[in-house]
Amino acid sequence: MAAATGVVSEQLRRDVQRRKLFDQLFVLLGMTVMFAALATLAILFLDLVRDGAARFGWDFFTSFPSRNAQRAGILSAWVGTSLVMLVTVAVAMPIGVAAAIYLEEYAPKNWFTAVIEINVTNLAGVPSIIYGLLALGLFVYQFNLGHSIAAAGLTLSLLILPIVIVATREALRAVPRSIREAAYALGATHWEVTAHHVLPYSTGGILTGMIIGLSRAIGETAPIITIGALAFIAFLPTPPLSAEFPYVNFTWLSDPFTVMPIQMFNWVSRPDPEFQVNAAAAGAILLGMTLLMNGIAIYVRYRYRKKINW
Amino acid sequence: MSDITSGPGAAAIRQRLRVRRARDRVIEAVLLASALVAVVTTISIVYILVSESVPFFKTVSLADFFTDTMWTPMFAEPRFGILPLLAGTLVTTMVALCVAIPCGTIIAIYLSEFAPHKLREIIKPVLELLGAVPTVVYGYFALMVVTPLLQKFIPGLPGFNMLSPGLVIGLMIIPYVASVSEDAMRAVPNYMREGSYAMGATRFQTATRVVVPGALSGIAAAYILGISRAVGETMVVAVAAGLQPNLTFNPLESAATITAFIVQVSLGDLPHDSIGYQSIFAAGLVLMVTTLIFNIAGFALTRRFREEY
Repeated sequence: MAAATGVVSEQLRRDVQRRKLFDQLFVLLGMTVMFAALATLAILFLDLVRDGAARFGWDFFTSFPSRNAQRAGILSAWVGTSLVMLVTVAVAMPIGVAAAIYLEEYAPKNWFTAVIEINVTNLAGVPSIIYGLLALGLFVYQFNLGHSIAAAGLTLSLLILPIVIVATREALRAVPRSIREAAYALGATHWEVTAHHVLPYSTGGILTGMIIGLSRAIGETAPIITIGALAFIAFLPTPPLSAEFPYVNFTWLSDPFTVMPIQMFNWVSRPDPEFQVNAAAAGAILLGMTLLMNGIAIYVRYRYRKKINW
Repeated sequence: MSDITSGPGAAAIRQRLRVRRARDRVIEAVLLASALVAVVTTISIVYILVSESVPFFKTVSLADFFTDTMWTPMFAEPRFGILPLLAGTLVTTMVALCVAIPCGTIIAIYLSEFAPHKLREIIKPVLELLGAVPTVVYGYFALMVVTPLLQKFIPGLPGFNMLSPGLVIGLMIIPYVASVSEDAMRAVPNYMREGSYAMGATRFQTATRVVVPGALSGIAAAYILGISRAVGETMVVAVAAGLQPNLTFNPLESAATITAFIVQVSLGDLPHDSIGYQSIFAAGLVLMVTTLIFNIAGFALTRRFREEY
């Protein structure tokens, strides 16, 4: 009898040990896969920096593209990217935040709201090149914006709108009900509650969403190619600010342009290996900017979450 | 005794209240208009794709479009069979899934069931970075790093092929697959895990026999949303797969996808009313419908797992 239990428990113990080994093996597997993925990202970045090292320097930022790889730079590309991003923020931020406020704070629970919500989720999954086709048909030809900064900015705004809306809604949802009820109890109107109490508390979340949206927009290539941005632009758009009256002008909105990812794509697709060096350098800068923006977003989210004690 | 409703200041207060309420209504209308931008965008996408494809389908019959095996819109005698582009899209997507599904699922199970809370909080945003890398940068990576590496193992692999961009797209969509599957697994209530542990199951057994089956619809949704991403991915294939439409299911050959074709045509300067110009909208329509089907299926499944518990 005792011997039988002994045999069984021996068997059992080995069984349990084997199963626990699976646990440890899986932890090992999980960590390996995760770090392999992250290591690939690191390798990608380091490879770009190494391949592009020959081009880093002041000249790269202050030169126009050129047929000569060594002398080609990204001046028109980074100026174009900055201006397009300006339009994107100016359009996507107000519309995205307003739409999120409507859906989270105002919208009644009915089929109409459901339609809007389904639309937002669906738009988040539409491939970016489809936005490019939309922009080509609508902005470029129907609105006659042409291959301009305005057309690109509007396209990217539509593209990141779902990101901004979803992030803002999450931020608004995190504000506890009691804050709203306290404000209502003091006689505030719906908008006063939202603007004076709910929005200030959600600033962190909204900023995070906006930065992540922009980091997406800054690297988008396909939709900008579809609306016909040119890769070879050896001049700058009209400066938005000038010394004479009226100081600000908007002619730059209709100027042709190029952006960083387009410039990089153009260099990548050239057979001459010298241009691949330029592509790597541009890619390192582009990736660096994206990673930096995402880093800032993570930091902002972390800071705000820590600061607020309900 | 005069109270606030009839006292001397009452009229002024009432007037101010009216103004505030009126302002509220105006603001609500503005907010609603902003929310409607999303609806208008969807309608515009459908309208543009359909209205620009109609003239195309007047020249090319639907039967030709779906059965012809050649896609040569730029030739003197153009042929418009979408099959080669669909094949290219299918192959790159399948290769991507072979990377993203195992890696994404393992990472999701690990993060949801095994990783300590602290590590999960740190690793999740870092993992999202994989999805944040500009796709043209991934294109460079596929063309200049992955392809030369693969050529060492596969002699005779052409410089442009579908394997390398497929692998890179897979890497790119790992975070999507991982994060949606992880959400689904975390939605499985704790009492189910506790029940399993109480029966003497190990973590691995609980994860594979209780949590994963419980979260199955959510995990399926993650895969489907991943497919939709891979199908719509453009720049990686445009850079590294070559731009030649090629009816093949061999990932070692070069080919074009629907998205890559749209890019290729856009790079040229086609006149507004040419058949080549219209063909990108027809291709776009096919792409839109494909991704829409996957997205709807994915969202329907995520809704189901949210309702289950």
